[in-house]
Amino acid sequence: MGTEEIIWNGVAAFLVLCIYTFLYKDNPFYKFAEHLVVGVSAGYFAVILYYNGFVPKLITPLKQGQWVYIIPAILGMMMWTRFSKKWSWLSRFSLAFYIGSGTGFAIPLYMQNYVLRQFSSSMLPMGFSSWALFCNILIIVGVLSALVYFFFSKEHTGIFGGTAKIGIWTLMIGFGAGFGLTVMGRISLLAERVVFLREYLLELKYYLYLLFKYGLPL
Amino acid sequence: MNFYERMMNLDRRWIYLVIGLVVVITAIFPFDVPLYVTPEVRSIYDYIESLNPGDVLMIGVDYAPEVMAELHPMTYAISRQCFKKDVKLLLCCLHQNGPGMVEQVISQVSKEYNKVNGVDYVYLGYKPYPAITILAMGQNFRIPFPEDYYGKPLDSYPMMRGLTNFSNVKAIINISGGSGTEYWINYANGRYNAKLAIGVTGVMTSDYYPFLQSGQIFGLIGGMKGASEYEYLAEKAGYISKAKNQLSAYKTMPIQTTSHLVVIFFIVVGNIGFFMSKKKKSRI
Repeated sequence: MGTEEIIWNGVAAFLVLCIYTFLYKDNPFYKFAEHLVVGVSAGYFAVILYYNGFVPKLITPLKQGQWVYIIPAILGMMMWTRFSKKWSWLSRFSLAFYIGSGTGFAIPLYMQNYVLRQFSSSMLPMGFSSWALFCNILIIVGVLSALVYFFFSKEHTGIFGGTAKIGIWTLMIGFGAGFGLTVMGRISLLAERVVFLREYLLELKYYLYLLFKYGLPL
Repeated sequence: MNFYERMMNLDRRWIYLVIGLVVVITAIFPFDVPLYVTPEVRSIYDYIESLNPGDVLMIGVDYAPEVMAELHPMTYAISRQCFKKDVKLLLCCLHQNGPGMVEQVISQVSKEYNKVNGVDYVYLGYKPYPAITILAMGQNFRIPFPEDYYGKPLDSYPMMRGLTNFSNVKAIINISGGSGTEYWINYANGRYNAKLAIGVTGVMTSDYYPFLQSGQIFGLIGGMKGASEYEYLAEKAGYISKAKNQLSAYKTMPIQTTSHLVVIFFIVVGNIGFFMSKKKKSRI
């Protein structure tokens, strides 16, 4: 690590510690680090969006004489009328266009990929002759019982209630898996930061050793 | 408040303190953890292994620094495997805070393997509105990305000759920390039938197993554990090396193990407290 990396990683290490102070209670160090993250992210996003969206999709085509791009520009500007009580109705045209076109190309594909494909993948061969076939039984029983649980037009009693109970167990197993993976995800973030801090301290120690022994700027 | 109720209402700061201590101690004194490689991770690794030199693999990097701990190791390991096998990479980013992530990986890994921009890899850059961008890429990469991230026209690169749309890439690996994966499944796989695999954060993993079972994706790398499995496979094949500090996910697995044991301990303590206080109340 050179001097520049030592300094910048030192800033990163300081900000990591600032964020973790929140685990004890809210404090100015945490607030400073949090505001810095939000501000930097927003600033970065604004610049990226300007140069990757606004410039190539509006300014450049207009400079090239492609005047049709005036239409989306006007629709975009109409969105800003929401700040005025008198003119806010104009933004409805932009929203109508945006939502209409969005749902137009999204709904058929969502139906296909999130509903029909999932339906067809639940229609499986069943049996007890192999582990895979037995697992298919579990999938089918799990799907049907979970669907029964969400059927509220009939009282959950008798066989229907028993099936709904299996449905609850299926859902709980799903939530449990989700919880376990969430814990893993959160611990991963902590683990990576702790490893970063450990490696930074080792690098800093080595840097200071070289600095004091040889007095060389690295 | 009796003893059992205290067990249930433990100040959460004690839990943070114990986890913090365990994590720090394990980071100072690490140990090796045996790893079981899951089929969904192995299928991605094996698929890339089956590619020939010169084949093109696309990586969609849709994450920002807040989840780089889990996802960056995946991007590094896959890129290193591809470059070691002379597989070409086409990269893009559909997350507003992610362009720097790709830049960091590709600039480092290309140097390690002496790979040249435009010949061995092309970084398309970032465009807003993932759904529209993916739909446009399905027709022609040049529609949303007439120029690459560095501002050069795509057609000026030798690698882009004959590379028109998803049908010209062997597969797409989407590494995402948000809703980006949904767009890739819905539009790249659903609309254009592109061969797709995903790498996601631990929190997202369980949401995407149904797509693995339905065959809409052919592989899934879930969180830090999935990334460490991939690194384990890549290290065994000699693509990455522990000595070069290239196993960033694998080295956090001891911390995962010990901190999970602490979490399990506190869950058991909380449950014992719950059932015992319930029993006591029912007696009264």
